[in-house]
Amino acid sequence: MTRPIRQHLEVPVADGDGERYSLRMGPQHPATHGVLRVDLELDGETIVECTPQVGYLHRGFEKLAESKTYAQGLILTDRLDYIAAMANNVGYCVAVERLLGIPVPMRAKYIRTIVGEMSRLCSHLLWLATHALDIGAMTVFLYCFREREILLDLFEELCGARLTFSYPRIGGVRQDVTGWFIDELQRFVDIFPSRIEEYETLIDTNRIWLKRTVGIGKITGEEALDLGLTGACLRGSGINYDIRKHQPYDAYDQVEFAVPLGSEGDVYARYRCRMEEMHQSIRIIQQCIDQLPPGPIVSPEAPELVMPNKAKATIQAGRSEYGTSLIRLIRERDIFLNGDVYVATEVPKGELGFYFISDGNNRPYRMHIRSPSFIHIGALSQIARGELIADLIANIGSLDVVLGESDR
Amino acid sequence: MNIIWMLVWIIVLFCVVMLHVAYATYFERKIIGRMQVRMGPMRVGWYGLLQPIADGVKSFFKEDIVPERADKPVFLAAPIICLVAMMTSLAVLPFAKGWVLADIDIGLLFVFAMSALASYGVVLAGWSSNSKYSFLGGLRSMAQVISYEIAMGMSLVGVMLMAGSLNLSEIVEAQGDSFLGMYLMPQCIGFFVFFISMLAETNRVPFDLPEAETELVSGYSTEYSGMRYAIFFMAEYIGMMVMASIGTICFLGGWNGPFPVPFFPPLWFVLKVYLFMFIFIWIRATLPRYRYDQLMGLGWKLLIPVALANIVLTACVKAVIG
Repeated sequence: MTRPIRQHLEVPVADGDGERYSLRMGPQHPATHGVLRVDLELDGETIVECTPQVGYLHRGFEKLAESKTYAQGLILTDRLDYIAAMANNVGYCVAVERLLGIPVPMRAKYIRTIVGEMSRLCSHLLWLATHALDIGAMTVFLYCFREREILLDLFEELCGARLTFSYPRIGGVRQDVTGWFIDELQRFVDIFPSRIEEYETLIDTNRIWLKRTVGIGKITGEEALDLGLTGACLRGSGINYDIRKHQPYDAYDQVEFAVPLGSEGDVYARYRCRMEEMHQSIRIIQQCIDQLPPGPIVSPEAPELVMPNKAKATIQAGRSEYGTSLIRLIRERDIFLNGDVYVATEVPKGELGFYFISDGNNRPYRMHIRSPSFIHIGALSQIARGELIADLIANIGSLDVVLGESDR
Repeated sequence: MNIIWMLVWIIVLFCVVMLHVAYATYFERKIIGRMQVRMGPMRVGWYGLLQPIADGVKSFFKEDIVPERADKPVFLAAPIICLVAMMTSLAVLPFAKGWVLADIDIGLLFVFAMSALASYGVVLAGWSSNSKYSFLGGLRSMAQVISYEIAMGMSLVGVMLMAGSLNLSEIVEAQGDSFLGMYLMPQCIGFFVFFISMLAETNRVPFDLPEAETELVSGYSTEYSGMRYAIFFMAEYIGMMVMASIGTICFLGGWNGPFPVPFFPPLWFVLKVYLFMFIFIWIRATLPRYRYDQLMGLGWKLLIPVALANIVLTACVKAVIG
């Protein structure tokens, strides 16, 4: 058997002006935040062309969802932005509820708002950790993980999982919060602002940090809108757009919070936006804890679509009739309408949208996910052109991309 | 007989330094661990004290990979060039009065020459690996060493002028044994330049650009594995010790301390060197990494002019006071 001919990489020797040096950064690279590949054309260390390549993590979730019932599709959303799985769950549930017209009890709305904001903190902490590490500040990385660990413990108390939660359900949440959870969350809310100050002490006034972030990767507000950026990447450029404010869902219309805005649109502005967002998240969680109303956690309108008490009882009795009862319900009551709906929610990385086309079946005819990371990666080539390799790393970090969400 | 004694001293020095290098890694991991709210090595030996030994044994038995299209002789020689250059510098360091292997009159120049030679190892490693990341790492190292070597050399000219010698033992003697005699205060500008250049020269944070793991995936050492990789880091740690020793000798009064130690004269010297090592590690835990062009700008636009001004100032003061 003959061995396949291998292509060898050769270090080229520059023999004239204008010769470009090509570098494939990723998909295995510590700073590409997953499996992003960036094809670079370099002049020295200056980037002449930057072409992001995605698709190394593609799992076909959108197609897969067409073979799952709406309730079963929920678990797929955990695997999108696995850093903030809870926010994706909430987004999916909100979208399906709007499609099916299912109301959600107030208590469940508050709980979802709490977990959504906890998810935002988890995501921003991991972003800060890796962004700082990319720029070389190692200690912040470990400090952020210290706090993230507390949040993961709280999630574990809530639903038994630390990464893929599937805790929110269509029409409510899976189970109620415990007293221990609320106490520990309150303790976290009390200490966390001082921890943010600790991170800022390390990097915020650090001359090297400022030199690496101020004026780097500038995007104007108009450019950001043209590129379709959302979340802190858009708000860092001064555009006031936050779905939690503009199209409130869950309990966001019941709480007060500010939308932090930047003006320069550079790496530093995006960094500041996210740091301020963490303060606002704490504010939201505190208000939700204070206002948490009593009552049911599952909508009576959609008892069979979640893990209902009745189904729970039958499972405990040894008979799992959840799936069959669901199908029976769907056949008996024609609750699925024909039509389509696009519902967006504000996840930590930006606007996460679910587009459903329903043909009256219990499964979506078509599901499309508008994921912020995919859009943000698209902006990379424009932002990085003309800058240095080290700035590309800072830019990838500041765009806060997760490839699980991009390669759905 | 002299040669035999010399060989014995070389072996003793080699063993002591290698042990120090091994435990400098432990020291670093423990201190950074404390700063980063984690434990550091805890498993091998009491409080992880045997971890450096375990790491050494592991590195020795790991597979030695040479890339298929690498320039093999250069690839194999590069880490050895680094190590030998750094080890050679140790010969001229006076650890205490009379505790020096080669008490030569151009000690300081010799240390510079050797530390500059070590960068050849890095450049050759980057070139011969036939990897683009390594190549960029090698190029960065070359530019970095050129700019910071000049600043560092100039920062010590003030010390040379004050001591009137390039012999390291004489520089220590010239500072006397009192706290006020140390060149740290009269040469504070020189010390500032020397300290920053020292970090850059040893590729330490915030100037660890040749290996920048998040940009160049470890740069010049990307393609190295096992013992060859470890040799680069041995050289780096010896480099840190050499630079810490030069800082101690030129600015902190060398082996002199508040009182003489009868059975172990180098005690003060070792303590001062470890103070420098601690600062190296502290900085690593605190600061982000410079960008490449910013690093060059700092070297050429700030450090070299400041060092030149220091030379002029020192010379003028010396001419006036005598």
